[in-house]
Amino acid sequence: MSWLGFLSQLLAIVAALLLAPLMTGWVNQCRAWLQNKSAPPLLQPYRVLHKLFHKDSVLADNASQLFRAAPYIVFGCMVLASAIVPTLSTDLPLSPAADAIALVGLFALARVFISLAAMDVGTAFGSLGARREMFVGFLAEPALLMVFFCASLISKSTSLTTIVGTLAHRELAIYPSLAFAGVAFTMISLAENARIPVDNPATHLELTMIHEALILEYSGRHLALLEWAASLKLFAYSCIGLALFFPWGIAEAGAPIALLLAMPALVFKLAVGGAALAFLETISAKMRIFRVPEFLATAFMLAVIGLLVSILLGA
Amino acid sequence: MSALTNPSQWAHLDWLLAAVAAWLLVGTSGLFALRRLAFVARVLFPAGGAIALVVFGVALSAVFAPPEVATLPLGLPGLPFHLRLDGLSAFFLMVIAGASAGVSAFAAGYFRKGEGTPPGLLCMEYHVFLASMALVVLADDAYAFMVMWETMALSSFFLVIANHRIPEIRRAGYLYLLIAHIGAIGILLAFGVLQANTGDYTFANMRAQAHTPFWASVAFLLALFGFGAKAGLVPLHVWLPEAHPAAPSPVSALMSGVMLKTAVYGVLRVSFDLLHFQVWWWGVVLLALGLVTALFGVVFSAAQVDMKRLLAYSSIENIGLLFAGIGLAVLFSAYGMKPMAALALTAALYHVASHAFFKSLLFLGTGAVLHATGERSLGKLGGLIRYMPWVTWLTLFGALACAGLPPLGGFVSEWLLLQSFLFTPGLPSSFLNMLIPVVAALIALVAALSGYVMVKFFGVVFLGQPREEALAHAHDAGAWERLGMLWLVAGCVLLGLLPTQFIAVIDPVTRHLVGAGLGDTVAAAGWLLVPVAIERASYGPVIFLLGVAAGSAIAYLLVRALYHGRSRRSPAWDCGFPWQTARMQDTAEGFGQPIRQIFEPFFRMERELPLPSDSHPRYRVTIGDHFWHWIYLPIAAGVERLSKWIGLLQQGRIAVYLLYSFLTLVAVLLVVMR
Repeated sequence: MSWLGFLSQLLAIVAALLLAPLMTGWVNQCRAWLQNKSAPPLLQPYRVLHKLFHKDSVLADNASQLFRAAPYIVFGCMVLASAIVPTLSTDLPLSPAADAIALVGLFALARVFISLAAMDVGTAFGSLGARREMFVGFLAEPALLMVFFCASLISKSTSLTTIVGTLAHRELAIYPSLAFAGVAFTMISLAENARIPVDNPATHLELTMIHEALILEYSGRHLALLEWAASLKLFAYSCIGLALFFPWGIAEAGAPIALLLAMPALVFKLAVGGAALAFLETISAKMRIFRVPEFLATAFMLAVIGLLVSILLGA
Repeated sequence: MSALTNPSQWAHLDWLLAAVAAWLLVGTSGLFALRRLAFVARVLFPAGGAIALVVFGVALSAVFAPPEVATLPLGLPGLPFHLRLDGLSAFFLMVIAGASAGVSAFAAGYFRKGEGTPPGLLCMEYHVFLASMALVVLADDAYAFMVMWETMALSSFFLVIANHRIPEIRRAGYLYLLIAHIGAIGILLAFGVLQANTGDYTFANMRAQAHTPFWASVAFLLALFGFGAKAGLVPLHVWLPEAHPAAPSPVSALMSGVMLKTAVYGVLRVSFDLLHFQVWWWGVVLLALGLVTALFGVVFSAAQVDMKRLLAYSSIENIGLLFAGIGLAVLFSAYGMKPMAALALTAALYHVASHAFFKSLLFLGTGAVLHATGERSLGKLGGLIRYMPWVTWLTLFGALACAGLPPLGGFVSEWLLLQSFLFTPGLPSSFLNMLIPVVAALIALVAALSGYVMVKFFGVVFLGQPREEALAHAHDAGAWERLGMLWLVAGCVLLGLLPTQFIAVIDPVTRHLVGAGLGDTVAAAGWLLVPVAIERASYGPVIFLLGVAAGSAIAYLLVRALYHGRSRRSPAWDCGFPWQTARMQDTAEGFGQPIRQIFEPFFRMERELPLPSDSHPRYRVTIGDHFWHWIYLPIAAGVERLSKWIGLLQQGRIAVYLLYSFLTLVAVLLVVMR
């Protein structure tokens, strides 16, 4: 392991941890502007985290050890996820430990733990949220896998760094399979990150809430970790999207200057991506929960069509 | 013969036969202590477990050894039992013994009052069952194989009906016996085709025959029918969700975790060892049946409200995945792509081992719950994490492994299977290439759905508020039960963390069956699992686990160091709703509702909805299996109609019967005279 590799790995984790709440703040700000509201400050998510960490954690009387351990496990999963997604550089020493399939497994692990924790206290909202989260997950997870497979058929690899390396080096042409995969991926990210039209991140008491229902019983430091993990997840998904569909500007191994340039490139791409997300959320309305399977099945079908197209056309 | 008297010179097979004899001895001792529960539980079952450990060790070393043969002077005159221990049988023996060691330890604590059958008799049936499974994979001629296969079916039948006073259990046992025998006919016919009119039923002779593709295909299809009936392949699965839950939990664990694997063994033995070549469409048949089975199993398991039935359907799902893996291996092997065939076969064999461990573990978990609460219905359980912490945490490992989550055992096999799908674009047939994305998508969907099922199972049984007041008196598992479950947990964890080491064990088997193995590539990469090349794909479960653990631990330490870390207890908030009872939680039916809605055509549902005017509204939904109405009930009706017609002959008057004799005589004379 070269020192540069170690450095870029460390930089990737630190950048993810620090930039993730900023990204959430930026999306909230953009959305408020687009909806003609006065926006919260850009740094509001950090203040919320700071406040939550200082508060006492109030646990339900019958909360078990699983309930207390889950926020740390979910947070650990998201840290590892942001460590293996190529954000700044493809020279990531941790990346061989988990390829695209293992990354999907990592998200699934986090989802299972947060759902189990939500069922632990035994309230109506908690178990309903767990059911809905798993139900969104079981359709989104295979669809995400299919998106990755589209990219791996092009690069003949499931390793994320190889995929990004190959995609960054091709000439600027639109792969039909990636176009399908891109649409599918956008739909999946909306569902997986609890955004409109699947879930409303701004809600706190709605019968159709998913993410908020899961973490309803959490408070204090546990809630802070879960909120941070949620923003890390949004960050990781955005970076996966950028790495698969706009892979330019990511540094390669042994290029310290490129690593320095990768940071502003990433911030720029995320700013544009965040604004696009806010735009998407503004123009769409939240759908009924019964419509979500259709939405996700469409994403799944699109990803499978992408895979089929890439096999038939060889691109 | 002098070597036999000196154990230091024993070959692997001698040790294994001694162990099988010891199992039979333990079983027979049970007959002399029919109702002495303490002796049976504290001496005989642990002894059986210890023997299983010996078998496990011997089989593990036999995987790497050259094949050994033996002839036992048992059976009919002139038809001795031929036995052979090669890589394939050693591997399956290892899985059988490894999982049953844990189950035996658990059984030592489980049979407390005894079930309906006296404990000594149960002990006899249990050990005969173990011995017959070991001999099934060792058999080297059709005669020995069928005798052992039938012994296995009969001993497990008697174990299933241990609680024979309950009519449903007798019914389940009958159904099991019936389909087991229909399947056995298929296997017998397959062997008949394979011996190619030579009259010699040893496997060595079958290997030596050159079959035409037509007869090879006939043999393959017959074997697939026979072994598929044992494995629970759709549409021959109907007995499985009835019989497996009916048995006492350790027996359910053995049947689901271990016995189903003997059917997988049979399919592998026939299609890769007894037959020299594979035809590509066999692979397509296996793949299609496997996928249908997997999807069917997981969708039904999501809709179940009985915890053991839920697990039984989940076994159907896993068997489906296994057959899909084997199908892919057949497909690659038929096109001569040996390394790819080895990859797919490794995935299937890996899943054989991990499923044996996690499914046994889950069934033992339900056994502990059943013992503590007397309740199997998910609607009457809940909150057991507070009363049974050991069982809860140990079962959590099984649930995570069953959900195919990293870094446990179930994920490795799923990962390998998906990797082998990504190589399919290399297939020479473009028709097959087009099918592949659909297949990969279905596999991914099944894997994700099994996560849903496991969250339902674990969450409803162990988390939340107890749904009945009596659950507060549930007691945790005893020391023997914990020991058995711990052994299986260790298996799940080690299979998850040490894939390179375990693939080294699978390597000789795939080399023997398809002529290639992953052993060398995998061993070269050290701790990372690299099936082909490092740029292509890699997975490092140990680093993965350390990464998640380090992330969690650093977060925990930093939060503790930088902030006060105080917490208080108070009633659950639930959006400020003040009145919360256990009945407000999501039920098992509720958890299955989205699946029932999305996959509605899979189910045969009968709903009873209350009218608005009902003073005591009741909502009832029963979920049936289409295959009963499509296949089994028409056959049963046909048989009944036929017997009614035949019944017309029986007039009960002597004159009519004399007329029959006379007519027969005339008919025979007409034939003879011509």
